[in-house]
Amino acid sequence: MFKKILIANRGEIAVRVMRACRELGIPSVAVYSEVDRASLHVRHADEAYFIGPAAATESYLNIEKILDVARRSGADAIHPGYGFLSENPRFARACGEAGVKFIGPTAEAMELLGSKTRARQAMGRAGVPFVPGSSQGLEFAEAVRVAREVGYPIMLKAAAGGGGKGMRTVRSADELRSAFDSARSEAERAFGDGEVYIEKLIENPRHIEMQVLADEHGHTVWLGERECSVQRRHQKVLEESPSPIVDAEMRRRMGEAAVKVAEIGGYTNAGTVEFLVDEKKNFYFLEVNTRLQVEHPVTEMVTGLDLVHLQIQIAAGEPLPFRQQEVQLRGHAMECRIYAEDPDNNFFPSPGKITLLLIPGGPGVRRDSGMYEGWSVPLDYDPLLAKLIGYGSDRRQTIMRLRRALHEYFVGGIKTNISLFRRILKNPDFIAGKLDTGFLDRLLQHPEDDPVKKEHPEIAAIAAGVFAALEHVGVTPNGASGGSAPAPAKNGASNWRQAGRVESLQ
Amino acid sequence: MIYDVNIDGQDYRLELAREKSRWKCRLNGREVALDAVLTRANVLSVVINGTAYEIKRELTPLDLHFWVGSARYEAVVRDPRSLRSRRQAGGAAAGVKKLLAPMPGKVVRLLVSEKEQVQAGQGVLVVEAMKMQNELKSPKKGIVQKILATPGTPVNAGDVLAIVE
Repeated sequence: MFKKILIANRGEIAVRVMRACRELGIPSVAVYSEVDRASLHVRHADEAYFIGPAAATESYLNIEKILDVARRSGADAIHPGYGFLSENPRFARACGEAGVKFIGPTAEAMELLGSKTRARQAMGRAGVPFVPGSSQGLEFAEAVRVAREVGYPIMLKAAAGGGGKGMRTVRSADELRSAFDSARSEAERAFGDGEVYIEKLIENPRHIEMQVLADEHGHTVWLGERECSVQRRHQKVLEESPSPIVDAEMRRRMGEAAVKVAEIGGYTNAGTVEFLVDEKKNFYFLEVNTRLQVEHPVTEMVTGLDLVHLQIQIAAGEPLPFRQQEVQLRGHAMECRIYAEDPDNNFFPSPGKITLLLIPGGPGVRRDSGMYEGWSVPLDYDPLLAKLIGYGSDRRQTIMRLRRALHEYFVGGIKTNISLFRRILKNPDFIAGKLDTGFLDRLLQHPEDDPVKKEHPEIAAIAAGVFAALEHVGVTPNGASGGSAPAPAKNGASNWRQAGRVESLQ
Repeated sequence: MIYDVNIDGQDYRLELAREKSRWKCRLNGREVALDAVLTRANVLSVVINGTAYEIKRELTPLDLHFWVGSARYEAVVRDPRSLRSRRQAGGAAAGVKKLLAPMPGKVVRLLVSEKEQVQAGQGVLVVEAMKMQNELKSPKKGIVQKILATPGTPVNAGDVLAIVE
């Protein structure tokens, strides 16, 4: 087993991996940028090293600096988390050359599966179903022919793509030219690679993915699916396992297809095979995410496995400790991604200081978080703050538990999307499991359907007065009178003056 | 103590007197059997005639909100003893509006220059946070009197970025 693990990441995923390290008795090493000195992952680590300015290219994406910390700290393995360097084959290779184990697949597997066209060619040879279209980059004349063969509407996609970049929907032949040119130049700018290919557009698809795990001795297993259809601008917002539409037979077929994909790619460690599912429940290979996913906790809840423990054990050369037939799915799990963004203002990011944090607890609630009260959310990184995961004996109980947990959850001082989950979890289509990737856009078109009613303005008025009165006489929490005015009183008073000032300017 | 409280645009007058752990409370002249305990900073437990409420106070440099359960209310609290002076100040300043940074970020670029005429809702400058650019718009039609923001520099929530008159 490893002597020490460096976590080349920040935020909730770094904390998540450090927890696994502590459980396994392995010291953990944090890296942090200028703006992350006070971040939670530094507090959870056994060792911490400064790696540079806020800009990720000069810190969390800087391979040399991270390998330098590995050398100085004596870490013999690196967990990359998700994002940053996690899917960078150059990094995986550099780790190997530096004699540090990269906890993830090999660089070769990443390269094969990271290119969408190469992955499609491999799937074609292995008989894994994928969306009809081309499996190599196209010139315009070829694109015209392929589009006619598969039939409009079609999707143009960047071979190196991700996050919706270099992607265009084309509904008829006369739109092809301009879409082709703009997709190509966008792909060139975003990925330094203008290769685009064609896929038939699947209308209103579901996005369902399969977790796989492969050891370094040739054993690969699947661990059940995750339904990820609740998305906004290709960004997942809520995930669950199992999917409301996948039955045991379909799950087995998808699982076996995913295992085949992993085996073709020579895949090791934890990975995710993404599928699009059409209205007739046909599934098509989409891509492989060669890393631990943000939404891995829902699989952990329903399988009872710890994926990060398993990642570390696999990377240390241990064989998988169970076989496919021993994997059992039990109950239902659902994850809400808590982002620092304002659902009332076009989901604009909302960094800043967390002035109050009330945390949910009780049965069936797991919270993976990178925030704490008093911490200032830096403005330099992804706005994911925490994940609230609900678990129950069935989907209905899980939804009710999450609603209850959201009632307890409060993040003050910054805007978060917590209120959005209250709406999703009360939406009749969601409750009925009627999901596709357009679900959230449809829900957001009806802001008036907010389930939270403003029924108690007079209670707010009374509370406003009580807070003012308490601070006037310097009362500290729990009803005790303090001799001198406490810090919150000072804050509060100045903010009322501030409120007065703001008001006087209107 | 008397407070004038405005909740989501609605005015309330609150009379409060402390009686040991309980309160004597009148809301718009009507007596309320109020039991209120500050359980921790910014969290108030209120019990009125057997109904329990948890109220969270949210302070930012820009505004003040109270949450009753999951519902959020915008609040302005005034001590009426100083109301008259505030009203006068408000009247005198009615023609001037400040453009405040709604969040910490970095000023990316200016879209107008000083002394330029702007329409209400016209973009004045661009602030970037978490990889997203946000155009901050003029709160009113008028002349940009002063721009206090410099491209490339960080700003905090509540910082005055420009003044429109």
